Amino acid sequence: MQRHFKALFALVKENKAMYITAMLSTVVTVIIGFLTPLVFSETIDVVLSDAPSSMPEFLKAPVRSLGGREFLRQNLWLIALTVVALNVLNGVFSYFKQRNTAVAGENVAKSLRERLYRQLSYLSFSYHVRAETGDLIQRCTSDVETVRRFLSVQLVEAFRALIMVAVAGVILFNRNAQITFYSLILVPAMFLGSFQFFRKITQSFRLSDESEGKMSNVLQENLTGVRVVRAFGMQQREVEKFDRASTDFRQKTFKLYRHLAVYWGSMDFLTMLQVMITLLVCVGQAIEGRITVGTLVVFTSYISMLLYPIRQLGRILSDAGKSMVALGRIQNVLDECAEAEEPEALRPPLDGDIVFDHVCFSYEEGNEVLRDLCFTIPAGTTVALLGNTGSGKSTVVHLLQRLIKPTSGRITIGGVDIQRIDRWYLRRHVGLMLQEPFLYGRTIRGNLAMAAPDAPESAVLEMSRVAHADGFIREFEKGYETLIGERGVTLSGGQRQRVAIARTLLKENNVLIFDDSLSAVDMQTDRAIREALREKRSGVTTIIISHRINTLCEAQRIFVLEDGRLSDEGTHEELISRDGLYQQIYAIQSALEDDLNRSREAVAREEEAACRDMKK
Amino acid sequence: MQGHEEIDYSKKLDLTLWKRLLVIAKPYHGQLALIALAMCVSALADVAFPMMTGYAIDHFITQHTSQGMPGFVALYVGILLAQVASIFSFLYLAGKVEVGVCHLIRKMGFHKLQELPFSYYDRMPVGFLLSRMTTDTQRLADTIGWSLLDLVWGVIFLITCTVQMFLLDWRLASVVILVLPPLALISLSFQKRILAAHREARKVNSKITGSFNEGIMGAKTTKTLVREEKNIEEFGVLTAQMKRMSVRASAMSALFLSLVVSLGSLATAYVLYAGGNAVLALPAGMTLGTLQVFINYTLQFFQPVQDIARIFAELQSSQAAAERVLSLLATEPDIKDTPEVIQRFGDSFHPRTENWPQLRGEITFEDVSFQYVDGEKVLSHFNLHVNAGESIALVGETGSGKSTIVNLLCRFYEPTEGRILIDGVDYRQRSLLWLQSHLGYVLQQPHMFSGTIRDNIRYGKPDASEEEVERAARLANAHAFISRLPNGYDTLVGEGGSLLSSGEKQLVSFARAILVDPALFVLDEATSSVDTHSEALIQQAITGILKGRTSFMIAHRLSTVRQADRILVISNGRIIEEGNHDQLIVKQGYYYDLYTGQFQDEQGQMVLAGR
Repeated sequence: MQRHFKALFALVKENKAMYITAMLSTVVTVIIGFLTPLVFSETIDVVLSDAPSSMPEFLKAPVRSLGGREFLRQNLWLIALTVVALNVLNGVFSYFKQRNTAVAGENVAKSLRERLYRQLSYLSFSYHVRAETGDLIQRCTSDVETVRRFLSVQLVEAFRALIMVAVAGVILFNRNAQITFYSLILVPAMFLGSFQFFRKITQSFRLSDESEGKMSNVLQENLTGVRVVRAFGMQQREVEKFDRASTDFRQKTFKLYRHLAVYWGSMDFLTMLQVMITLLVCVGQAIEGRITVGTLVVFTSYISMLLYPIRQLGRILSDAGKSMVALGRIQNVLDECAEAEEPEALRPPLDGDIVFDHVCFSYEEGNEVLRDLCFTIPAGTTVALLGNTGSGKSTVVHLLQRLIKPTSGRITIGGVDIQRIDRWYLRRHVGLMLQEPFLYGRTIRGNLAMAAPDAPESAVLEMSRVAHADGFIREFEKGYETLIGERGVTLSGGQRQRVAIARTLLKENNVLIFDDSLSAVDMQTDRAIREALREKRSGVTTIIISHRINTLCEAQRIFVLEDGRLSDEGTHEELISRDGLYQQIYAIQSALEDDLNRSREAVAREEEAACRDMKK
Repeated sequence: MQGHEEIDYSKKLDLTLWKRLLVIAKPYHGQLALIALAMCVSALADVAFPMMTGYAIDHFITQHTSQGMPGFVALYVGILLAQVASIFSFLYLAGKVEVGVCHLIRKMGFHKLQELPFSYYDRMPVGFLLSRMTTDTQRLADTIGWSLLDLVWGVIFLITCTVQMFLLDWRLASVVILVLPPLALISLSFQKRILAAHREARKVNSKITGSFNEGIMGAKTTKTLVREEKNIEEFGVLTAQMKRMSVRASAMSALFLSLVVSLGSLATAYVLYAGGNAVLALPAGMTLGTLQVFINYTLQFFQPVQDIARIFAELQSSQAAAERVLSLLATEPDIKDTPEVIQRFGDSFHPRTENWPQLRGEITFEDVSFQYVDGEKVLSHFNLHVNAGESIALVGETGSGKSTIVNLLCRFYEPTEGRILIDGVDYRQRSLLWLQSHLGYVLQQPHMFSGTIRDNIRYGKPDASEEEVERAARLANAHAFISRLPNGYDTLVGEGGSLLSSGEKQLVSFARAILVDPALFVLDEATSSVDTHSEALIQQAITGILKGRTSFMIAHRLSTVRQADRILVISNGRIIEEGNHDQLIVKQGYYYDLYTGQFQDEQGQMVLAGR
């Protein structure tokens, strides 16, 4: 909790100037706001009756010098002008107060959002693998909103309420201590009542929210599963299910409203009772001539002005807990260790051999993904990686981009341990294409420009052609300006892969890695892309992960990975002569021939049989 | 999630829309009347309190007597209690009306959604429908429950207050009310702007949420492309925009309030000046009490003007929500049973199963043409005859029309021309529910309802026994994995089935389809998104399941397709190749190319998965 307060304080401190001006303006508006009833009071007592003035001496003097009571009676417009002036002044200062607190609150929100976004961008790959998207999003959006509201609305309101109580207390106490006592007699009850109430009601709010969540869920399941509902003819039951959920939500919410009705009803009762007590006490005192009508006006107006903020104060205090929780959740994300600059990092040329030297990797103790992996990829060659499901192929790729770090052993490029190479420099020069690439919610051109914003138009077109994406892109009405994603077109798996390939090719690469990145593209296109690529990538070290024999056999060297170990390596010719995974993959081709022959024979037999039948 | 925002129309206030909503809220008219009554009482009490203070000043204080005090206190307490009672009943009843109307509209909407055909769902993204049923509906109920009645309070208070002022001193009153028109104008124009500013801020906010989402989902790609700094920079533009919008909205509210207060003070100042002079005049033209009452009224009566302006602005801005909801309720399904059919076979909610004929499964497409609402023609003069019990596989590229054929068969759509016969009878002469109840349907993306695995398997037959559920699961090859789970059939599947792998979900949805023992089976790309292990299990199961039933399958994986009795290769809405697997291989056409190309991928994956 203390840590959270510190974090909160730090946020406020960044906008010190704004908060200070906001608070000063608050004080000024509170004081000006309290002056107007005093003007009424003076007018009623001094100008319109013959009671003595209750103004401080320094204000009495100038009035007296002008001609005192008589002068004011002749010039009532002066008083009217004062009221207008006070209100305009009040308006000006409340505007400043509002504006400044808004700016301060929005600044905090802005900096929280930006910090969270930056943090999310630099959090490690393994963090993202573990993280729950929905929860993270909630921290970034609704938690930030809770903190913002606390800092830009609630904190300032609480401050205002306190200042109001203080200022009004001083003024009233100086006028009449006894009446002040009676006028505030119900205030503690109201404050505590509202504080307790809002703490208790949290439960009802939660129940109502949860019930709403359930109802939305039933609705969403019905809408997304509309085909299943119809195909099983379950409309009637769905209607009943939704009706139950909606009724439950209705009941829970109404229960909450009933609580609120009781609360607001009794709070209003207390408020009006307090005003009545004040009025009756004042009237009683005034009848006996102990106070003036003006004093009565001051007391009744002040009390009405005070009671609402006091009720709010209870609520704000009970909400403060929520804001602290939200801040804590945000802080948790920000405290996570992110990828940071390494001042000692090297930026060597990346055109050397890639060597895996006794590399081991595991996400958790005892669950080894890679075990003692040793192999060398000579600079400028094309190698292929074949591995069974769960063999750790993708881990090898992730290691090469420093998305993760070997648990032991080392990986070198041109003799330099990649852990010592600047990770962003490394990623910039190692092009990685994924099996399920992520495309951003912008235009195709925007996506292509992601890695190389300054790439010339000619390069964009050329790489799109190499990746065989140009053709289908042009078929869209808006071509390269077509929007992708929720609000645009949905691309098929193969199309996404091709856009992603073009995107990666657009940047400078010393190493290219195809992580099953043509798996959704049909064989013919696959071959065409590979041919186009071969011309493009001379001198670039290329690693291809695939299970297509035509792709594998083109590699100069093939590494076979099984269950985290290197089980075999060699050229196509070497590997097909040995028992193993590679040979099994190779055998598929002849299996296909056999399969086709079986079909041909079956048809031949049938035709023969048909012929015989005809003859008979 | 608040991913999208629909277009908001800023049109002129259309009261007929709200009248229609009030008609819908008919069951609550009695309560609305009670609320209006409570609001009247409350407004009258609000007008009465300053009068009481004025009376106290003029009668007790000025005359230095406490005569009549008990009566005064009794009256004051009476007004106070009336006020508290009306506030309480207003809050209670308005809450009741709000949740009631909300429930009512949702119920009607949901019922309607169960009837609307898929062509409606094609036009409307699920997100839009969700927001119609949740936030839009909530907004309307709020408006009916609370805003309209605030309006009553505001109007009554304003009228009573004005009348009272005129009764007290008509000359003073007639000057004071001059403030009202400019106040009303300023309020209305500001409230509109403030709402618009908030709307803009909300739009930017949903973009920010989108960016966060992308930042998280695309984290890996962002890293591999070293896009971090650029993305952060772009995000900064959004947050700056958000800040600007929000500050502008707040500043506008602040400016508005300051203006209203200043303008209102003109009235107060005039009362002090003219009223003060009247008090001083000889003989006294006004008592101190009356002056006090006037001052109080001028301090209070800009509040209802503000409220009324706010409500009008809100009405206008939630008009779009009203339009969206009302249009959903008013949409007539274009695929529905004729009255004669309903009379005989019942509708989707009250079926008359006793009149339902059996479904054997002979299907004929007779000269069927179909085009989507947007005019895209998918099928023209399509003919197909399928014998009862025959299994048909449809192969072809995306957009070739194979999905349309299946959708027409299921009567998710109806032919624009021609007819479809089931067992020799046009299916429009049978009820929708009759056909769909005989359907076993398995989709590419298996859909799970939250609940247990058992709930999901017996979705189509809620009263199925334990044995039936297990038998279906065994047939679908799902029993093995289910019994390995710690809670077996009682395992919760999580929201959208998130606790199961997609292969497991597919096995469960097969079991679900088998349980209802359908005469017609449709597999829509049912094996394309599952892992090789589950695919092998499904493969095994399919052979048994399809025996004796008419079945249609659209399949990506040809290992599924090759088992079909007849394979149809569809291109541009026409059958270009037809025959069983072997025949099509020999033909060496489109199917041959497809098969040889995919063989390697499918077999390769099998090898790597260790099968």
